[in-house]
Amino acid sequence: MITVRDLSVTFEVGGRDIRAVQAVSFEVARGETFGIVGESGSGKSTVLKAIAGLVRSTSATLEVDGRAAARRRSRADRRMLQFVFQDPYGSLHPRKTIDDILREPLVIHREPDIDARVAAAIADVGLLPAHRFRYPHQLSGGQRQRVAIARALILSPPILLLDEPTSALDVSVQAEILNLLARLRQSYTLTSILVSHDLAVVAHLCDRIAIMRMGRLVEIVSADDLRTGRVTHDYSRQLLAASRGFVRQDA
Amino acid sequence: MTDPLLTVDNLEVTFPGRTGVTRAVRNASFTLGRERLGVVGESGSGKTTMGRALLGLLPHSATVTAKTLSYAGRDLLACSERDWQQLRGRRMSMVMQDPKYSLNPVRTVGQQIGETCRLHLGSDRRDARRRTLAMLEAVQIRDPELVHDLHPHQLSGGMGQRVMIAMMLIAEPDLLIADEPTSALDVTVQNEVLRILDDLVRKRGMGLIMISHNLTMVSSFCDRVLIMYGGRIVEECAARDLGNARHPYTRALVAATPSLDVRRAELATVVRDPEWLA
Repeated sequence: MITVRDLSVTFEVGGRDIRAVQAVSFEVARGETFGIVGESGSGKSTVLKAIAGLVRSTSATLEVDGRAAARRRSRADRRMLQFVFQDPYGSLHPRKTIDDILREPLVIHREPDIDARVAAAIADVGLLPAHRFRYPHQLSGGQRQRVAIARALILSPPILLLDEPTSALDVSVQAEILNLLARLRQSYTLTSILVSHDLAVVAHLCDRIAIMRMGRLVEIVSADDLRTGRVTHDYSRQLLAASRGFVRQDA
Repeated sequence: MTDPLLTVDNLEVTFPGRTGVTRAVRNASFTLGRERLGVVGESGSGKTTMGRALLGLLPHSATVTAKTLSYAGRDLLACSERDWQQLRGRRMSMVMQDPKYSLNPVRTVGQQIGETCRLHLGSDRRDARRRTLAMLEAVQIRDPELVHDLHPHQLSGGMGQRVMIAMMLIAEPDLLIADEPTSALDVTVQNEVLRILDDLVRKRGMGLIMISHNLTMVSSFCDRVLIMYGGRIVEECAARDLGNARHPYTRALVAATPSLDVRRAELATVVRDPEWLA
């Protein structure tokens, strides 16, 4: 469904070139949930943005659903994939109601039945009809992230890109959002890429996981291999050990 | 635990609001020895407010009452602002969550840490510099001479957090309250910072209160844990027994946390019982 070969992204910062992503390659099968983990600055979010066409990239191949992704994306290209961002406080327009926010993609893509579909999208992510005409500041963080997910899914895109969708949320709310994503993935046959710094979150939701460090892909492992520690690189081992918590010396 | 460093009995913190008073901390009681005590809870559970109350750092609008609130035998409720200034920094201090907002952006690292030495230890400039460099080295900053003269915006998140810890520890307090000291950091850096705090507890016999929402970190790092919900301490248990907690809220939190060890088809969600707030 998604093929990435030798993807590189370079940013120019103060006259210097920062190579944020260097020669990253992977494939994501139809219906798969693929995870990317790494620490800050590893380039994991940049990979996602490059796939969505939000940053300029160079690559040998960047295919979405068998078609090469052009530098300028057409409207048809754009509705193939939708993005959910990390911060539910920053990604919703503060002066638009939930109704406006969910309506916008349908209007842009000239879809029929707007009213009914907005109502259905709200129900689908577990919000109440009463939430429809509220503003983002009147909702909790978890409810806002549900709105962001509803907005991403309202065009029924085959691909969903998730950039740290739960890291701004409390554990109990994170559990609700992760369960929601797991449920939606089944009812929509979604192909998705989930980027997170939290190995446990990625292992919970994904089948295969890419570990990134300093712009490079270290290795790709299955969730089961990650759980049982069957990783080949030292860095993956370090990251895994650190994620399991602190090791006391006196114990 | 022979003589507790800190004794808290029936601590209440209230804030006046438009619709009556908000009880941010309710009937909190615990003691702290020379150990690592974790305080966990979700946003709004009152954990940071409780930490700030212990240091007298709440705004004037807050009302703090308690049957007992004493630090090394000293009644904290009776402290004047001047008494607090002698305690804070020297005897007890707090590492804040975010180094970006808690360091002074227009002063160098050395000036900020050195100020603590001059105020609390009566150091002159040369002595302050010497102590600052030694402390920066103790928190594992590789090039203390360089970092000494940098401004906060020139530091990475992990370095900033270490600078904060250095600043709080330079006067060698007996009690350190760390409010989410590692949540802005990458996991590998997080464990380095924990290692530094761990050394201080073991070598200096410092008492540490670790406020966090991260169950994995708290259960692996602390000795004991308090679980807060709606301003109350709903449970106290040994950190290693967090997996076998008794209170339904604690159990729900543990079950809602994705784990690297067990594969669950679905995460348990927290069903809140109004009884917990009764």
